Amino acid sequence: MPELATAVRELSFGEAIKEAIAEEMRRDPTVVLMGEDVAEAGTTFKVLTGLVDEFGKDRIIDTPISEAGFTGIGVGAAMTGMRPIVDIMFGDFLMIIMDQVANQAAKIHYMSGGKWKVPLVIRATMGATRRSAAQHSQSLHAWPSHIPGLKVVVPSTPYDAKGLFKAAVREDNPVVIFEHKISYRKVKGPVPDEDYVIPLGVADVKRQGTDITLIALSSMVQVALGAAKMLEEVGISAEVVDPRTTWPLDEKTLVESVKKTSRCIVIDEGYFRYGVTGELASVIQEQAFFDLDGPVRRLGAMHVPIPFSPPLEDATVPTERQVFDLVRQMVNR
Amino acid sequence: MSTAATSKAATPIPTDTLLRLYRQMVAIRLFEERVNDLYTRALMPGLAHLYIGEEAIAVGVCEGLRRDDYITSTHRGHGHCLAKGASPDLMFAELLGKEAGYCKGKGGSMHIADPSTGNLGANAIVGGSAGIATGAAFASKYLKQDRVAVCFFGEGALGQGLLYEELNLAQLWKLPVIFACENNGYNEYTHFSESTAGDVILRAQAFGIATETIDGQNVRDVHAAASKYIERARKGDGPAFLQFKTYRYHGHHVGDIARAYYRPKAEEQEWVTQRDPITLHGQWMMDNGIADRAQLDAIQQALIEEMDAAMQFAIDAPYPDPSKVDQDIYA
Repeated sequence: MPELATAVRELSFGEAIKEAIAEEMRRDPTVVLMGEDVAEAGTTFKVLTGLVDEFGKDRIIDTPISEAGFTGIGVGAAMTGMRPIVDIMFGDFLMIIMDQVANQAAKIHYMSGGKWKVPLVIRATMGATRRSAAQHSQSLHAWPSHIPGLKVVVPSTPYDAKGLFKAAVREDNPVVIFEHKISYRKVKGPVPDEDYVIPLGVADVKRQGTDITLIALSSMVQVALGAAKMLEEVGISAEVVDPRTTWPLDEKTLVESVKKTSRCIVIDEGYFRYGVTGELASVIQEQAFFDLDGPVRRLGAMHVPIPFSPPLEDATVPTERQVFDLVRQMVNR
Repeated sequence: MSTAATSKAATPIPTDTLLRLYRQMVAIRLFEERVNDLYTRALMPGLAHLYIGEEAIAVGVCEGLRRDDYITSTHRGHGHCLAKGASPDLMFAELLGKEAGYCKGKGGSMHIADPSTGNLGANAIVGGSAGIATGAAFASKYLKQDRVAVCFFGEGALGQGLLYEELNLAQLWKLPVIFACENNGYNEYTHFSESTAGDVILRAQAFGIATETIDGQNVRDVHAAASKYIERARKGDGPAFLQFKTYRYHGHHVGDIARAYYRPKAEEQEWVTQRDPITLHGQWMMDNGIADRAQLDAIQQALIEEMDAAMQFAIDAPYPDPSKVDQDIYA
């Protein structure tokens, strides 16, 4: 993170995203945002409140409950001179739009031999523990990460969210950005009141350490940082690295960190099986095998549909305590 | 310039347009015959879905479009691409997977795309381009460009939910998009009556969209109706849903030869001999003194030479170097 000016404001994660969208819409008149109840309602999470007052209903566009329909419009409009942002209220609804995302947006550039471009942003949410049950709580960023032609952004801090979102809007490729919905209000941090972009594909070391690397994404960055603090008290120095985008992936930064610490846990809120943790663990083991003191370990969401009841739901998501315990076991201290 | 009345529309179609409609239909027919030939000679990788029998629709509709208007096409899309202005040599090259093809060989028969003619791309997901066409219409309206988008799709797409979402959005937002349903009677190997409940046109009417059912074998009717709704859309009066009744002479794809189990040979013969759009339009022009047989033969002969040369260009063209496989994934 660059040097911040002395009087940098604190914004919430949600406020940072709204500021990114507003700045990009001021900068580029071809940017519009469309989705369900995005205008006067400011989305169900109230993240966009007030944008319609500045940009009007022609640019902050309420749609019918028709995710595939308006995502398809986003794809076509992106091909023909616009930079639409499509708002998918819950990441779980990604399945509804997946043909438009994975078969259309992702492949059009390649299938056309590089002739058509699809500068489309799809913003979706992720994250459990909001007591919303199995169809409103999933973290599905592994799905678009699997598809060539897409870029996938999973910001963890307000600063990153603003810079990455602005980069996504300026991308000539389709980008899916997953906003952690618990973070909207809960996570606050310094955000410069100025124009800056964070390039997609550059990881960020959130905390320096020497004994173990915790690779964490989105909500799990806060969990990893919390665990690192607990570990510090018992004399273990944990480094926390946030890839910030699952694709493009900054393999170099991840591998360098693990080569330095010789141990690694990958922590993600997506389903544990066949997901982001497995992919990142493979990258580490392929490129840092001889520097490792032991196998790369993984923590992810349990392989169950997210349950409703609080004690059940809370059991599905990795916690600071779990990270702490696993690190101590691996470091043997 | 002499003109002739269409069979039912009031506006006369100029002679040069009538001749161009004929020429374009013959061009598509000859192109597709060569595609079938390339397949049977094992010169074409994969398969292709021939447009033979349906030429009047692409030609009649696209004649009403400007070059900068948009189309989306289907897996049975060669006709749409050619009618919108694509070059046969680059089309053949793409079908053969050659570097010189429209998509550098990365798309193939089902994905021809060409920004220079407003072709947003053929789509191998049935109904999958309804959103793209509607989105292009959205951009045209937002950017105040007065471009129209035509979404070609077969009646098989009537089973896809996306189509109805786009009909709703297009009418709700008065977008300049024409939904052109080519009803050739068969969803792959199944008669559409076995897959389609109710009345097709009523489905679109339920959204309040302008609709019309048109004889897809009469290129003048197609052109007249399509032009009317294209200009209506261009003026800002909203979308239209046009159903063209037509017939696919060949199988679902070039390899679908034994078809008797799903459609009778007599039915095929009736369409081929009684309702062929090229024969009908040629005869009509001769009957109305627009052209004589020698003129029509000359048009065909010139096109045969052009298509043979285009096909040979593609056969002789080199394949892409394998090192290009991971280019063009990202812009």
